[in-house]
Amino acid sequence: MVSEMQSSMTTDTVFTVRNLSVYYGSLLAVRGVNLDIPKNQITAFIGPSGCGKSTVLRCFNRTNDLIPGARIEGKIEYHDQDLYSKKTDPIDIRRRIGMVFQKPNPFPKSIYNNVAYGARINGYQGNMDELVERSLKGAALWDEVKDKLKESGLSLSGGQQQRLCIARAIAVQPEVILMDEPCSALDPISTLKIEELMNDLKQNYTIVIVTHNMQQATRVSDITAFFNAEESLESSNKIGFLVEYDLTQNIFHNPQNKDTKNYVSGRFG
Amino acid sequence: MTANSPNSGEDRSSLWKPNRQASRRVEMLVKLIFGAFALVSVATTAGIVLTLIFETIEFFGEVSLLQFLFDPQWTPLFSNQQFGIHVLISATIMTTGIAILVALPLGLMAAIYLSEYASLNTRRFLKPALEILAGIPSVVFGYFALLTVTPVLQTFIPGLQGFNALSAGLVLGISILPLVASLSEDAIYAVPRSLRDGSYALGATKRETIISVILPAALSGIVASLILAISRAIGETMIVTLAAGQNPTPGFNPFVPVATMTAFIVQVSLGDTPATSLAYKTIFAVGMTLFLITLTLNLISFWFVRKFQEKYE
Repeated sequence: MVSEMQSSMTTDTVFTVRNLSVYYGSLLAVRGVNLDIPKNQITAFIGPSGCGKSTVLRCFNRTNDLIPGARIEGKIEYHDQDLYSKKTDPIDIRRRIGMVFQKPNPFPKSIYNNVAYGARINGYQGNMDELVERSLKGAALWDEVKDKLKESGLSLSGGQQQRLCIARAIAVQPEVILMDEPCSALDPISTLKIEELMNDLKQNYTIVIVTHNMQQATRVSDITAFFNAEESLESSNKIGFLVEYDLTQNIFHNPQNKDTKNYVSGRFG
Repeated sequence: MTANSPNSGEDRSSLWKPNRQASRRVEMLVKLIFGAFALVSVATTAGIVLTLIFETIEFFGEVSLLQFLFDPQWTPLFSNQQFGIHVLISATIMTTGIAILVALPLGLMAAIYLSEYASLNTRRFLKPALEILAGIPSVVFGYFALLTVTPVLQTFIPGLQGFNALSAGLVLGISILPLVASLSEDAIYAVPRSLRDGSYALGATKRETIISVILPAALSGIVASLILAISRAIGETMIVTLAAGQNPTPGFNPFVPVATMTAFIVQVSLGDTPATSLAYKTIFAVGMTLFLITLTLNLISFWFVRKFQEKYE
């Protein structure tokens, strides 16, 4: 198993996480995470509520910085760059590491401007119409919206809004797309569309997805990280930690850890 | 636990005798009482509007609409009576316009600071401080304009007279500033966090996020606060009466004494004008004009919010 894991890891590593702990104020939320995210693969984070999977995801593009009091210990490297070094500009990082959120959050702008916004603020000099079209095609939304690009992004259905958010993310041409439970607010058909889309996106992007849905993890991901939570001794909050990290098929069919086995077979969580 | 369990042995149904009949009567009575109080406010409004309408009709029995609109002067208290309402309206537009020029940029910037930049503690201190400003009686603002602002302005505007629209407008702007700031801040603060996150996740800076995402999303609320502030400025009486004077002057010169619509109403109401005279009826025509202007503004605001308010889940 381990050799198989390693052989799939011969591709480049995008993120290297070493002994990562995340605090909100004085509360420890996640402790001691070590993992590598490989390039052009889909890595899924699964685990029960409060296990810190979204918290770890938000560290990758430093959106945790936006929460007052949040801080990390340990190290995250993006290629060879220390993500949390003083020299690293989070604004620049976020352009290269895009994010899709749990609830679709299109801006109250036209469909066109939703996609063009990110490119504009990042000083894109090329042909904007082409970029918008390419991005919407990339998010498998073009055919549905090409005749109403001037309408509000909020006029679309939930699934279309989420694909608009994906188009918006890929318009700034990131290397990585982080997805925080992107289908949890969507119906099964929209979910299926997004899952198919993720498979296409994998060619060009590295994807990390947090999901509550274990079937989704087995359907889309190459690698799965299982997080769990334990009660904190000092306070009433939960502390998340990484339990096991392997090829998705191993996590689901041959887990090494008892808790992983119980979780993927539906005994808790 | 057993005492509360429905199976604890004794026949508990005998202990429960709700008087549904009585409670229904009480509910009905309560509904009637509250309804009556709600009706009082509606009836008061209707009464005021009806009075305005009847007196205005009487006024227009003696003065033609053409005179009201096109007379070159406003002199209903003189023997040579002229009724050019535009003289009063221009003064109101001037004071209100100056006030909005002060209150909109300052209020909006204060709102953006409070909502987006201020730390929780600063916000906790500044917002109530701003609302205290709203609690200052307008007569104090009026004296402040007349006795402090005007003399200061006169040091660098030589032609400025003791009563003038400029000073009144500036202070009027300060007085409506809390309204603009507080309501705009509510609108900006109400923009969902998820939109901010979405913008930051694309590599936007705070400034880009505020200008391109947050302000457009809060636009309907900001416009509503602006229109409310305009209505308030148009209807404001004390500051403009004290600081702008009561001298109806046509045109838009902010350095000379003018009389706004409200100032004229005060002047006639305080004076010894007989209640049956034409001059007395004039104030109802002016009041009606004032009412129509603010009503129109409120309707615009209502329409704008309905049309442009974004619905977020």
